Amino acid sequence: MKITLSNLSGIPIYEQIKDQIKSQILSGELKEGDKLPSLRELARDLRISVLTTTRVYTELEKEGFITNIQGRGCYVLGEGSELLKEHMLREMERNLSDALKAAKIAGLDISEVHQALDLMNEEKQNE
Amino acid sequence: MSDAINVKNISKIYPGFTLKDITFDLPKGYIMGFIGPNGAGKTTTIKLILNMIQRDGGTVEVFGLENIAHDAEIKEQTGVVFDNHYFVDEWTLNDINRVMALFFSNWQSSIYQKKLEQYQLNPVKKVKELSKGMRLKLMLAVAFSHDAKLLILDEPTSGLDPVARDELLDTLAEFIQDGEHSVLFSTHITSDLEKVADYITFINDGRLIYTGIKDEFIDSFRLVKGGKEDLTPDVKAHLIGYREYGSGFEGIMYTEYANYFPNLLSEKSSIDNIIVFTYKGTNGL
Repeated sequence: MKITLSNLSGIPIYEQIKDQIKSQILSGELKEGDKLPSLRELARDLRISVLTTTRVYTELEKEGFITNIQGRGCYVLGEGSELLKEHMLREMERNLSDALKAAKIAGLDISEVHQALDLMNEEKQNE
Repeated sequence: MSDAINVKNISKIYPGFTLKDITFDLPKGYIMGFIGPNGAGKTTTIKLILNMIQRDGGTVEVFGLENIAHDAEIKEQTGVVFDNHYFVDEWTLNDINRVMALFFSNWQSSIYQKKLEQYQLNPVKKVKELSKGMRLKLMLAVAFSHDAKLLILDEPTSGLDPVARDELLDTLAEFIQDGEHSVLFSTHITSDLEKVADYITFINDGRLIYTGIKDEFIDSFRLVKGGKEDLTPDVKAHLIGYREYGSGFEGIMYTEYANYFPNLLSEKSSIDNIIVFTYKGTNGL
């Protein structure tokens, strides 16, 4: 797990850590069943408050990215997790809605959007 | 969750200075930064916790034990680091090993020797020959050698260079790793606390201003800035403290109020600025 914190970005520390862990789970760098460092280890390593790392793990657990097994530690949940699926669904909907807005501004009708999407999907599968 | 320290409504009356109704709890396993300008009453509070002076009101519990009735028990388990060390100047570090074994029933010479080695302190040196940073390390070595569960540090970082301060913060973070050890840390060098502290207790002029989670403390204030014309009576009434200069002003406001004034530049404040402007505000400067 890689975490780099910026003191100048203005983004709260807990949010920076949360985002970085999330994106590493989504990109597959962190895999299902991987153990995360303990709250206190992570706080010590990053030189931050234990309460900050507690907040990160609690929120990641709520959002379905990790699970806390009492007495054993925190583990990454795989892509099969229902919560994670739901999260990704919302993410997709948000991106599609942005795409529709852009299409509207550009004066494209919905069939053209469909075409573009199909084309993109074909390209992805050929990769 | 059990607490390492419970302080409730303690007060101490001196001619010309009163510490009044100070209340806070330090949960076990965490670091609390104890902040406030010089003369706010930080050392007085610490001395009351350690039963070094007599209180005029309130209650103190350490590890859930009343601090006067259980004085000896508490001292066995508490390590203290003061700005001024409490050893005899002529003692060598080897002498300290022998003397502390008489003070603490759970003293472990082997740990003490190991710590001296780790901190690169020469055991045949005398206390008076040590630099400020070395004395701090000596006090920490003593605390660790009687297996202190609670560390109380009063201004440990003043007069230390950045490297020594950094090492101290590492040591504290390591100390609380197992969740059983706690730290109360008074300082006016707040950059030390900005990151590592879990809780903050802030006093000013003998009164409690805030006690609670550090992140919430920082979030509850905003540093606001604006031009001269922005400093309206309404803005002034909502500022905790501020400073005017030729082209404008800057000050501290509660975050909830800062949102009422969208024309002002509002940003996250450092702990230093919160202390400085609160001091200015309460002292009518």
